[in-house]
Amino acid sequence: MPHTVAILPEPQRAALAAAYDQAVAARRRQLVLGLALGLFALGLAIRGAEVDLIMFWSKLGNFSSYFNRLLTLDAGGRVWTDPADWFWGLHRWLRLLGETVLIAYVGTLSGTMIAFAACFVASRNLVRSALLRMTVRRLLELLRTVPDIVFAMVFVVAFGLGPLPGVLALTLHSAGTLGKLFTEVVESIDLKPIEGIAATGGGWLARVRFGALPQVLSNFASYALLRLEINVRGATVIGFVGAGGIGEDLLIAIRKFYYQDVSAMLVLIVACVMLLDMASEKLRHRLLALETTQ
Amino acid sequence: MSELRARFLAHASTLPAPPRTHHPMTLLLLGLGIATYIGGLWMLDVTPMRIFAHLGRLADIFMLMLPPSPGSWGHFWVYLDALGQTLAIAFLGTSVAAVIALPLGFIAAHNVVTGRVVHFLARRALDCVRSVDTLIWALIWINVVGLGPFAGALAIASTDLAALAKLMSEAIETASRGPVEGVLASGGGRLAVIRFGLLPQVLPIFASQALYFFESNTRSATIIGIVGAGGIGLYLSEMIRVLEWREAAFLILMVLITVGIIDAISRRLRAAIMGAPRG
Repeated sequence: MPHTVAILPEPQRAALAAAYDQAVAARRRQLVLGLALGLFALGLAIRGAEVDLIMFWSKLGNFSSYFNRLLTLDAGGRVWTDPADWFWGLHRWLRLLGETVLIAYVGTLSGTMIAFAACFVASRNLVRSALLRMTVRRLLELLRTVPDIVFAMVFVVAFGLGPLPGVLALTLHSAGTLGKLFTEVVESIDLKPIEGIAATGGGWLARVRFGALPQVLSNFASYALLRLEINVRGATVIGFVGAGGIGEDLLIAIRKFYYQDVSAMLVLIVACVMLLDMASEKLRHRLLALETTQ
Repeated sequence: MSELRARFLAHASTLPAPPRTHHPMTLLLLGLGIATYIGGLWMLDVTPMRIFAHLGRLADIFMLMLPPSPGSWGHFWVYLDALGQTLAIAFLGTSVAAVIALPLGFIAAHNVVTGRVVHFLARRALDCVRSVDTLIWALIWINVVGLGPFAGALAIASTDLAALAKLMSEAIETASRGPVEGVLASGGGRLAVIRFGLLPQVLPIFASQALYFFESNTRSATIIGIVGAGGIGLYLSEMIRVLEWREAAFLILMVLITVGIIDAISRRLRAAIMGAPRG
């Protein structure tokens, strides 16, 4: 069956074509303007960050030679030819890595609990008092904006070296980030169950427990898992300021040019982070499936 | 009322109990999670006693932070300069990452590069780069280009490159098939498919993600100075080390205000980008 394309009479077509050209030209102008602005900002940034491309080019060889040294044993030879020598400190590193993961886990879960308590109070649809809501929100914002490692530096002074300041730092920072995400989830729930419970005479706690909680729990768990992934990465460096985990050993190894130790620890960290990411991704997909079946 | 209640209860007792929906696996995981948490608290020696014993010191530190002050005008200008450097690091790092991540994302997307091996290798390589924290990358880059903000920008570019490329490849994979088929049907080649079929769909997502990364990189760039890679973090860690709490508090405030401003600008821009469907 042959189709024929209707062709508009000339004056009508010309008007449409002109409008099209105008729209395209306007978009092009916008794009060029945006690009110019971006390039200008980039120029400023290049000056600000003291970029020296000639130096970079001449030193780029250092990058490959650095990795070359990372993969060379002190005794000579490639690292993988003698795994026993490469991972000579495996016992200690695994213990430290375990501590790192534990710091991340305890910090995330503690932060989740704080965020859990705070999010219902910070939600517009559950709390009438603007003062209470805004206070909690500002507090969460503060916790979220201060980087965890800054918290850790302050806590190390107050609580002494060791995993405790690390756990506290991750707790506070996670409480801030999760609190915001949780609040957004709570604000987007269906209000009918809550009205139902209010109609049967339920108080605020009953409304939250039976009206809101069942709707948000799987989302909360999924966000907390995502935060755990981020925190495991964060916990690997929190030892840079003395707050426990593998970071301190790694910092010393990098600073003192113990190349084979650096590569061994990096391999362990990467393997650990990737494994945990995969496990958590599986769990999160499960949780999402749970939500859609409900 | 009480009669109604009695009638209701009498009726309720005749109903079957609600089905238990808890899967044994869920309960097991939950138990394991709680046990790990308690064991972790104990092993890391995180006890309420220890926390409360030092809470006084924390309060002291907080009191010493008030009122925040830069010390002198001379210091203030130095800090402002460092703050500018921090922003430069974040912007440069994100831009470099974005420029490299765009083509990488296409390589890692399985509907563009169909070779399973290439796809798998690209994904795993990106995962490897991503699992190393920015601060560790900073230490590595310092060994290559020396101390300073350039190392910081490269560190931010390294981590983000991988993260952005991953997000990008996911966006490409979920892009609609319609425009692609349209280009193919009118005789377009592979490059035409990417340019006219996929790029217009993913570019707004990509731009908005890049902006979001710039936002979060402003935060990362504030701390990257702790290891000597430029920016305000150097002064912050130094002031905390020498216990100049008022100056430390001032620096933290500067960071908070800057991050707030960048967040607000970026949120507007992102809304504008996502609002215009054809970017």
